[in-house]
Amino acid sequence: MPRRNPLLALDAPVVPPSARSRAAQGLTAAAALGVFALQRCENCGAVQYPPRDACVECLSARLRWRAMERGGELLSETLIRHGQELYFRRRAPCRAGLVRLDVGPSTIVALHRACEGAPSRLRLRLALDKAGQALLIGLPEKDVPDMADDPIIRETTCAPRARKALITDAKTRVGRAMAEALVAAGAEIVWAGFAAPWKPSPHLEALRALGPVTPVPLDVTDESSVRELAGSIGGKVDILINTAEHHRPGTIASRSGIETARAEMEVNYFGLLRLAQAFSAALKARAADGEASSTAWVNLLSARALSNDPAHGTFSASMAAAFSLAQALRADLQASGIRVLNVFPGPIEDEWNALVPPPKLSPEALARTVVDALERGLEDVYPGEVAKDLIARFLENPKALERELAG
Amino acid sequence: MGSPVLTHLVSDIVAGRLRVVDLTHTLTPEFPPIVLPPEFGESAPVRIEEISRYDAGGPAWYWNNLSFGEHTGTHFDAPIHWITGRDQPNNSTDTIPLDKFIASASVVDCTCEAAEDADYLLTVSKLREFEERHGRILPRSWVLMRTDWSKRAGDPVAFQNFDATGQHTPGPDVEAVRFLIEERDVVGFGTETIGTDAGQAAHLRPPFPCHALMHGAGRFGLQCLANLDLLPATGAVLIAAPLKIRQGSGSPLRVLALVAA
Repeated sequence: MPRRNPLLALDAPVVPPSARSRAAQGLTAAAALGVFALQRCENCGAVQYPPRDACVECLSARLRWRAMERGGELLSETLIRHGQELYFRRRAPCRAGLVRLDVGPSTIVALHRACEGAPSRLRLRLALDKAGQALLIGLPEKDVPDMADDPIIRETTCAPRARKALITDAKTRVGRAMAEALVAAGAEIVWAGFAAPWKPSPHLEALRALGPVTPVPLDVTDESSVRELAGSIGGKVDILINTAEHHRPGTIASRSGIETARAEMEVNYFGLLRLAQAFSAALKARAADGEASSTAWVNLLSARALSNDPAHGTFSASMAAAFSLAQALRADLQASGIRVLNVFPGPIEDEWNALVPPPKLSPEALARTVVDALERGLEDVYPGEVAKDLIARFLENPKALERELAG
Repeated sequence: MGSPVLTHLVSDIVAGRLRVVDLTHTLTPEFPPIVLPPEFGESAPVRIEEISRYDAGGPAWYWNNLSFGEHTGTHFDAPIHWITGRDQPNNSTDTIPLDKFIASASVVDCTCEAAEDADYLLTVSKLREFEERHGRILPRSWVLMRTDWSKRAGDPVAFQNFDATGQHTPGPDVEAVRFLIEERDVVGFGTETIGTDAGQAAHLRPPFPCHALMHGAGRFGLQCLANLDLLPATGAVLIAAPLKIRQGSGSPLRVLALVAA
């Protein structure tokens, strides 16, 4: 990546306008998951755009969000040379197109630079823009080389390529897999955090052999350790991936005292808070720092954060706390255009899920999912079959899921 | 009526005829904690969290919240710490008679042995050899095992010295512990390492003899001591009073040694 001229002022992060109707947040919800969804009328079958409260054909209020075919026809194109909004002024000129979707409605989309002129076929993508709101993008019908180098793709994704990432705990198999996946995705530097240096870790040792990886001392339970590392590399980190986790299985009746629960909270909840306080200011400041700007914060949470799994009672509670804090972090970082990616895996293949029957998620599959989500600019990910099942049951009927998990 | 002994004590300290040696490591989050296998409960580490520092949280004052397990940093083990000492009278930090906190110390130099073998076990014959040179170990005194292990404190990996079979640090063998209790009636045993027992003491019979036997006999432990190389083999007086914690099993403390200059 070319170096920035340090004598020139750093661009201040600016985000596009973010006001949306409540109905339009349905698009945001779909974009956060990387799904292309629109409302369809349960009464007459008409697909709706823009999102609304009543069917444009029959006025029925029974509109449901459903995944849709992504194809469409570019009818006309406009080159926007000037905009009143600060965000668009900086990015002009940019291409916008009028597209008739194969599923019915017409819409205005941002055009990828490789799209042919009208009339032509294209694919639609629903993405999150810098403000965290849904944006429709028109892509060429077939992939072209360097697809991801398009400005609109760069604006809506957080690819690790040529970026510098911090993994907060690289001593576990998850941390190692995460580091290896980032290196494979072209990260320039991967700082690999390690606590308790006297406890040997084969995973950290294996990472030392990878060129872009640099081990750095970091104990998320120790504020002075977190601040010291932030003082050293905080102004360089583009992507922070919080892999630090403390997990001891067991029901709340299986232990006396709160020391284990406290240790879980110290890492899973307070650890995230310490990281947020130490690292987010520099991350926000560099959100518009050229092509390799700071871009994302990843929290490896747990599907157990959604609804308590009593066999992992205190761990679930600590992850629910971390999930809530991650929402606060997202609200804070959103104004600068930094994406917070929350990952909710089901049971991971590790020693603390040893008694959980399969299917379990391998750390390597988890790491691939995270890198894929960064490259697609997602906000919420439920990797693995168990997590997908849990979120579906949770959204359908949270009370039923609570009862089912109580077993 | 004042005591001439006390008067002399203070005047000797003021005049520099007695030196005060600090046998304590600074209490920091970085100092290595005791590590148990993960299936056991863990000691909280040392944490120092700022409440205010002449800022919005307190414009004119600086102070911290401090948290730690009872067995962190340079610390004291009370008999109640071990199951064998649970029924001893006055066995916790709040009930131990105060006079036991001030005692003379014998410093047994095991630096060569520990340098050669991290798993070195102090034996009765080593203790007898010490006594031949420096005189008999006094009743109600501390025996401190000098290994210069404290000089590793800046390197937590070397200080902890773990490998795939666990921790490798020196300590006493079973017979040496028995000898110090039964034949010499010591007040306790002190080390520079993370425990009064050797790193591999789980494999001795009984396991952790310095904990099992010393505490079972109402004796104490001191660990993570520093500066033992500044003490004479005999003649130093230790002032080692733990915090008065209700039913305390131990505590970090400041260990002072008075030494003739």
